[in-house]
Amino acid sequence: MSLRKFVLGALGVAVLAAPFAVSAPALAEESLYLPKLVYRTGPFAPGGIPTANGAVDYWAMINERDGGVGGAKVIVEECEFGYNTDRGVECYERTKKKHGGALVYQPYSTGVTYALADRTRKDKIPLLTMGYGRSDAGIGSAFPYVFPMALNYWGQSTGIMKYMASQEGGIEKMKGKTIALVYLDIAYGKESLPIFRTMSEKFDFKLKEYPVTFPGIEQKATWLQIRRAKPDYIVMWGWGVMNQSAIKEAANIRFPIDHFIGNWWSGAEQDTVPAGKAAIGYKSATFSAAGTDFPVIQDILTHVYGKGKGKGKENVGQVLYNRAVVTQVFIHHAILNAQKEFGVKSVSSEQLRWGLENVNMTDATAASLGMKGLGPNLKISCNDHIGGGGVFIQQWDGKKWNIVSEYIKPMNDLVIPAMEKSAAKYLKEKGVSAVSCS
Amino acid sequence: MEDIIFELQFFLEVLISGLLTGSLYSLVALGFVLIFKASGVFNFAQGAMMLFAALSLVGFQELLGVHWTVAFVMAIAVMVLLAWCVEKFVLGKLVNQEPIILFMATIGITFFLDGFGQTLWGSDIKVMDVGLPTGSFDMGGIFIDKLELVAGFTAGALVLALALFFNKTKIGRALRAVADDHQAALSVGISLRTIWIIVWSVAGLVGLVAGIMWGSKLGVQFSLTLLALKALPVLILGGFTSIPGAIVGGLIIGSGEKLAEIYIGPFVGGAIENWFAYMLAMVFLLFRPQGLFGEKIIERV
Repeated sequence: MSLRKFVLGALGVAVLAAPFAVSAPALAEESLYLPKLVYRTGPFAPGGIPTANGAVDYWAMINERDGGVGGAKVIVEECEFGYNTDRGVECYERTKKKHGGALVYQPYSTGVTYALADRTRKDKIPLLTMGYGRSDAGIGSAFPYVFPMALNYWGQSTGIMKYMASQEGGIEKMKGKTIALVYLDIAYGKESLPIFRTMSEKFDFKLKEYPVTFPGIEQKATWLQIRRAKPDYIVMWGWGVMNQSAIKEAANIRFPIDHFIGNWWSGAEQDTVPAGKAAIGYKSATFSAAGTDFPVIQDILTHVYGKGKGKGKENVGQVLYNRAVVTQVFIHHAILNAQKEFGVKSVSSEQLRWGLENVNMTDATAASLGMKGLGPNLKISCNDHIGGGGVFIQQWDGKKWNIVSEYIKPMNDLVIPAMEKSAAKYLKEKGVSAVSCS
Repeated sequence: MEDIIFELQFFLEVLISGLLTGSLYSLVALGFVLIFKASGVFNFAQGAMMLFAALSLVGFQELLGVHWTVAFVMAIAVMVLLAWCVEKFVLGKLVNQEPIILFMATIGITFFLDGFGQTLWGSDIKVMDVGLPTGSFDMGGIFIDKLELVAGFTAGALVLALALFFNKTKIGRALRAVADDHQAALSVGISLRTIWIIVWSVAGLVGLVAGIMWGSKLGVQFSLTLLALKALPVLILGGFTSIPGAIVGGLIIGSGEKLAEIYIGPFVGGAIENWFAYMLAMVFLLFRPQGLFGEKIIERV
C-alpha cells in the first residue's frame, strides 16, 4: 500500500468514525441536549454571531459553575444553517433524535419557525421563539409546542405605537399623522403588517408601507419615496445588513433620526456602529437590557472567559448577546421546573414543555438566576405562551444604547383578538384541534 | 404648479440617484468584464473577490493599526497573490478546457474565498473608514449622496485607465489575443500564465476599489458578495466584453430599477427593483443578444 493510499484511508476512517467518537461519552451521564441552530455565516451572520455566542457561553458557564442543571450536564451542539429555511429544517431533522432527544429549538429565524411549527408539534419538541416567530403562536392551546415568549410582533408593534403617541401627547394626536413602515420583504418583515393596518384604521393615521427587497443592500428607491411622503415617524422591521443601510439612508434624506424607531431586531450595536454618526439618536424597541453589569453576565466572564474559553468576548454585554442569554435563563428556569415536577435529571422534551408552561419569572426568580433587570418578568401558562411582556424604547448615543421610555405594555385589546382569529384559521387550515388547557 | 415642479424635481432626484447607484454596480461589473475579456471565463468569484479584498484591507488596518493607504497596498499584494494561486492551482490546470469547466472552477473559488475570508477575518461587520465623504448635499432641493458621487467619478476614472491599458499597451494587446484564442496566443509566444496572473490581479484591484466603495456604504460584510447578482443584469445589458458597456449598462440598470421601483412598484406591491433589473436586461437581449457593446461573434462551420 502506498503512503498516499494509507493516508487517504486513515483520513476516511477518521471522518466516518468522528460522529460516534463525539457522542459516545456524552450518553454515559445524565444530560440535557440543547441543539442550537446558528448562522455564523451568510448575510445575517452579524446578528447570528452574538445570538449564538450568548447561548453557547451561557451553557458553558452553567456547566463550569454548577456542573449542569440539577446534576445533568448540558450538551450544546451548533448546527449552521446560514439563515436558510431549508437548511434550518435539515438541521432540525438531523439533530432532533441525538443524545436521547432534543429538548428545545431556538432558531432565531421567523422563516424556520414557520417551517418547524408543524414538525415540532408532531415530534413533541418545544420551539422557543422569544421575541420573534409566528405572532399567533401565543395562543398556547392552538400551538402547544411554540413559545413566542415576552411579546410577539403584534404586541411589539402596539408598544411602539404607544410610544409614538406618548411623544405626540396622546393616541388621539396621532390622527392625520403619517407613519412609514419599512420592512424586509420576507415572512419576518411582513409579520408587522396586519396589526399596523388595524391600528391605522382605528387611530386614523396614514400608513405607508415600504417593502425592502431581501437582504436589503440597496434601498435608495425606498428612501426616495419616503422623502416624498414626508412621514411623521418611520418604523422599521429590519434585520441584518438592511438596518444600518436604512439608518444611513435616513440620514441622507435628513429625516429627524429620533422619529425613526426600529423593532427589537433593528436595534443592536451591529446596526448602529457601522452606520457611524448617522445613527446617533436612532431609537429601537427592546425587551432586554445591554451591558455587563448583571450577575449572570459577570459569571460568564468569570467562569468562561476567565478560563480562556468563550466564543467572542467582544459580544459580551451587547444587545443581541444579552438577549440570547435571557432566552437561555428562561430555558434554565423551565428545566428546573420540569426536574422538580417529574423527579428526573434528564428531562424529556414533553416534560420541558410542561416546565415552559409553568414559567413564572418574578423579581425573586430572576435574582436567583442572576438576571434581575436584564430581561422581562413573565408568567406563562398553557393558554398564554407570551406571558405578559412589554417593551422598552432605547436610543443610541453614539457609544451605547440607553433606555429612554417606561416599560410599555401592548394593546392587548387589539392583539389578543387578532391572535385568536389567526390561530383559529391555522387550526382550521391544518385540520388539527386545539389542546385542552383545563 | 408647485406640485408639478416638485414632481419634476423628484423625478430628477430619482434619476440622478439611480445613475450614481448604477455607477456603483458598474464597479462590480468591471471586474467580470476584465476577466471575461481577457480569458473568456465568466468569473463567478468576482463578488467573493471583492469581499475578500475589502476584508483584507480592513483586517490589516485593524490587525496592524496601519494607515489605510498602507493597508491598501497590502490588500493589492494579497490580491496579486490570490491571482497567482488561482493560476497555479486552478486555471493553469484547465488550459484549453471548455468554458463551462472554467466557469465551474470559478464557482469553486467563490465558495473557497467566502469561507476562507470569513475564517481568516471573521464574519462580523467591519467598519470601512478610508476618509470617503458620507451624507448628502443639497443641490437646489435635490439631495445627492456624496459617497455615490465619488463612486461615479472613480468608476469613470477606472474605465478610462482600463481602456488605455487594453488599447495602448503591449500587455493589453496580449490580453486581447489570449481572449480570442488560447492556442493561437501561445503559438506566437504569449505566456498564458503571466497574462492570467495579470488579468486576475487587475480584476482583484478593481474588486478592491469596488469593495472600498460598497464597504464604506454598507460596512464590510458577507452581503457584499451578493452584489455580484446586481452586476449580472449590467453585464447582460452592456455586453460581457466591453468596459464602456459595463458603465453604460450600470447607468441604465441603476436608473431603470429606481424609476421602476418608484413609479411602477406601488401598483404591484413594491420591492420590484431586483427582478426588474433582470427583466430589463432580458428584454434587451431579445433585440441585441450580444448586449449593447458586446462583440457579435459569427462562427463559421
